[in-house]
Amino acid sequence: MAIHQKSKSLASRKNELSDTFYQLEVLNGHEAIDAQFPVFAEKVANLGFTPLRTTNLEIFQINIGKLCNQTCAHCHVDAGPDRKEEQMTRAHLEKCLAIIAATPTVHTVDITGGAPEMNAHFRWFVEEVSKLGKKVIDRCNLTIIVANPKYHDLPEFFAKHKVNVVSSLPYYSKSRTDAQRGDGVFEDSIKALKMLNDVGYGKEGTGLELDLVYNPSGAFLPGSQISLETQFKRQLKRRYDIDFNYLYCITNLPISRFLEYLLESGNYEEYMQQLVEAFNPSTVTGLMCRNTLSVSWDGYLYDCDFNQMLDLKVSASGTQHLDDFDYEKLHERPIVLNQHCYGCTAGAGSSCGGAIE
Amino acid sequence: MSKEKEYYFSKDELKQFGNITEFQEQMGKDFFKWYGNVMAEGALTSREKALIALAVAHAIQCPYCIDAYSSGCLQHGADEEEMMEAVHVAASIKAGTTLVYGVQMMNHVKEKIM
Repeated sequence: MAIHQKSKSLASRKNELSDTFYQLEVLNGHEAIDAQFPVFAEKVANLGFTPLRTTNLEIFQINIGKLCNQTCAHCHVDAGPDRKEEQMTRAHLEKCLAIIAATPTVHTVDITGGAPEMNAHFRWFVEEVSKLGKKVIDRCNLTIIVANPKYHDLPEFFAKHKVNVVSSLPYYSKSRTDAQRGDGVFEDSIKALKMLNDVGYGKEGTGLELDLVYNPSGAFLPGSQISLETQFKRQLKRRYDIDFNYLYCITNLPISRFLEYLLESGNYEEYMQQLVEAFNPSTVTGLMCRNTLSVSWDGYLYDCDFNQMLDLKVSASGTQHLDDFDYEKLHERPIVLNQHCYGCTAGAGSSCGGAIE
Repeated sequence: MSKEKEYYFSKDELKQFGNITEFQEQMGKDFFKWYGNVMAEGALTSREKALIALAVAHAIQCPYCIDAYSSGCLQHGADEEEMMEAVHVAASIKAGTTLVYGVQMMNHVKEKIM
């Protein structure tokens, strides 16, 4: 079934929120809405993190392009079929490989997008990382697998390289999934999950890990990860005979298209208030920005994918790009914080690997 | 009383719920601790408890609770159909309670008529 996109990217619509500076102005109460919330950096400083610093670099996360076959309403990347220009080059991917090979503390390479599989060098890169003996995560939107015959063999390719497939599925029903991700997405996602199951993904004893990501499809926070995982497992098995390994609950951060949704629906203030009230100090030491480096399609370095989308580069001077990568300078650098960070410390916390607690 | 206070159930008042400790600190604290324990995962899941709370909220017609537990149910992964079914449970129990008094009416009438 063809996916019907509900919208285009902010960039192609020339929406003012496509300007990262404008987004930061909104988050800090200077534009669009005058609501003020406690400064996140001060909250963290009050806990004794002055400043909050990184630890060892363990996860090398690469956003290899903004091109995607979907235009999800909550996308923090502002990805979509119209983002054809922003694709990581082979030269930049080769630099990433050299860094990964030279950094023994890195155990996982986390590839994201857009739909990362649409980057022309994706398969070559996965093969090369795999040869280095590092764990590879592919953040797959599922529908790409059935979008075009050239992607139909992705499940076999993933299995061959033991790629950990991490896929978004906001709910086990069509209405809520399609409302967030586009009409037709749920049906195609189920087809793709069955194809992954058929090659052994999510099945006991195969070593092929298939994880799902739950993002709330609206202005509310995710509930207990264990409880939602139990529900998802039961319902997907009962309704579609689908198996998977883990469910990761990720809080929607108030940036990019989700910020647009919050502002347009009149939910911004209440959502931010919820995030602030749910601030959980015990999540801070486990935040993903502490052991992750996020690389953009054009080679710049960030503390996380969200900072990347707000163009908040790493604070370490002289090493903000792959060309100037310097592990010593990046090690234990102060993390760049802003108001969106409340999204990662709310409740049980949120990271690319789900709840923190 | 100022103009803006001339109505009941302002959404903002829910945010002040925690302030009930101002007039009776210990009882307020005890209530919130008990409330937290009641709503936590137990023999019933938090999701089941949120659905029960949503049904009760409708039965007692509390606008604060309806907002809070509509969000709570979404947060715990309940879907729209489950939430509406919970409201129907509340409505049917309320309707049944009204109708069961009909027995009293019938008995009374039967005593009075030939």
